[in-house]
Amino acid sequence: MIKIENVTKTYRMGSIDLTVLNKVSLKVRQGEYVSIIGPSGSGKSTLMNILGCLDIPTTGSYYLDGKEISDYSEDQLSEIRNEKIGFIFQKFNLLPKLSALENVELPLIYRGIPAAERKARTEQLLTDVGLSDRFHHKPTELSGGQQQRVAIARSLAGNPPILLADEPTGNLDTKSGNEVIKIMSEMHEKGKTIILITHDNEMASQANRIVSIRDGIISEEGV
Amino acid sequence: MNFYMTLKMSFKDILGNKLRTFLTMLGIIIGVSAVIIMVSLVEGATSNVTSSIESMGSNLLTVNIRSGYVNSTNALSYEDIKNLENYESVQYASPVLSGNVTSKYGTTSYDTSLQGIDTSYIYTRNYSVSSGRFIVPLDNEGRNNIALLGADVVEELFSDASPLGEEILLNGTKFKVVGILEESGSTMGGSNDDIIMVPIKTAQRFLQQSNITTIYIQAADADSVGVAEYQLEQYFLKVFKNEEDAFMIFNQSSLLETINEVTGTMAMMLGGIAAISLIVGGIGIMNIMLVSVTERTREIGIRKAIGAKRSSILKQFLIESAVVSGSGGIIGVIIGIGGSYIAGLFTGMPTATPIYIILIAFGFSLLVGIFFGIYPANQAAKLKPVDALRYE
Repeated sequence: MIKIENVTKTYRMGSIDLTVLNKVSLKVRQGEYVSIIGPSGSGKSTLMNILGCLDIPTTGSYYLDGKEISDYSEDQLSEIRNEKIGFIFQKFNLLPKLSALENVELPLIYRGIPAAERKARTEQLLTDVGLSDRFHHKPTELSGGQQQRVAIARSLAGNPPILLADEPTGNLDTKSGNEVIKIMSEMHEKGKTIILITHDNEMASQANRIVSIRDGIISEEGV
Repeated sequence: MNFYMTLKMSFKDILGNKLRTFLTMLGIIIGVSAVIIMVSLVEGATSNVTSSIESMGSNLLTVNIRSGYVNSTNALSYEDIKNLENYESVQYASPVLSGNVTSKYGTTSYDTSLQGIDTSYIYTRNYSVSSGRFIVPLDNEGRNNIALLGADVVEELFSDASPLGEEILLNGTKFKVVGILEESGSTMGGSNDDIIMVPIKTAQRFLQQSNITTIYIQAADADSVGVAEYQLEQYFLKVFKNEEDAFMIFNQSSLLETINEVTGTMAMMLGGIAAISLIVGGIGIMNIMLVSVTERTREIGIRKAIGAKRSSILKQFLIESAVVSGSGGIIGVIIGIGGSYIAGLFTGMPTATPIYIILIAFGFSLLVGIFFGIYPANQAAKLKPVDALRYE
């Protein structure tokens, strides 16, 4: 389902080229739960940006569902993100002026789903994550755990096959963190492909496969 | 993403920052209302002047003869002037003899101006009587001592009594009042109702002055005004032996044209100056939109991450700046209409707000918003999602 081959990502810092990813190859099959683990500065965020189609590799290829997408235009990548990938961020990344309902609705608006269908789907999703009484609250009126649950509902709104989680429990207390981990396991059981990026070994062990990255090189791919 | 959703989102963002939005709008509000008030004042003044000129009669030419050039060989008689009506381009020629007179009824006396006229004055000057009768040709032939009184004179001499059929004394001579002139109000030159009119031939004898210095000519129709002007010029040049300074022909329609030209230029100048403030307002919008794009970099990143395309972001910011300037425009139109009404009350001048200027001012404000929104919106649309998401 996801296959990257010899992906290199280089940033130019003044006159020095900084190689963040060095010839990384990785395959993720449909329905897999993969953890990518590595210390900060290891290049795992860059890897996630590339896997999430937020960024394009400097060299190398990216096959998503068999299609080479590393030369897609920005708008084509927007479409792929909208349809195939749900993001869960460490900092939740909800829009502060919109209510929980409106935040979850956003991916469906960009996809052009009619209002009635959007509303039904959005309310169902928020109910599923246990926020049926928080539809019209703004993010600032919600706790961190609740915000992250809104963000998860949003990532699921477009029913994407892939979920990308970048340190989803990093800003949460243990209890809320555990709830998030539980929801992700449920999603895996429902057949979603999940890629979890973390620096926490214990959390990474939730996955059925752990990939470790250090200094831009995937050094280990264990089961 | 459809237009309605984008519009709804824009309103949300705009209302989220009310003071800033209002201050941004202020430039547009001032610009639009200034344009409307300026043009309304000029338009009002123009229609005022125009209608007072038109009320003097239509297709009118006025000939003024300088009495200094008149001598026994070139003096024009009443008949000479009436002969001008033989020109095909001339419908009526109406000579006027002016003077001053002391009128007296009973023990009340009143100084006023006197005009000797004939029947054609009805047509050339749009004059008529409100009661009684006008001067008829027989009055002139018989040099009858009859008089028409203006409303002011009636009030001075008779207060409430009816003057019709009464006899008054003009400089000691008896005149019979046969009509009262209809009120025509006052124009720039003062009251038009402070006047007594008598048959011109009576006036010539009575004032002991036969030189007619003013002639009102009504052309046959609007197209023959120019022809009449030319023919009259040739005629008077012949009478006064090519002495151009001896007379002056005054064309009402060319005066109207000149006035319209001058006021048109004035309206454009004032409107143009006001329009500059609209552009300044537009720059204000652009400035605040750029700030807004920077502030909302992260929001743009999130929107892009979950599937917003460049065009969605571009539309969002463009509509936002158009909504700001358009709302400013609507408020400006309301203030402009109200302001020109108030300005009219204060200056005592009538104001007229033409629909076209409302549409132009509002349309221009909307255009300003879109034009000055293009650059910031484009800045927002081309942000890369990774960079935008990293922005704190």
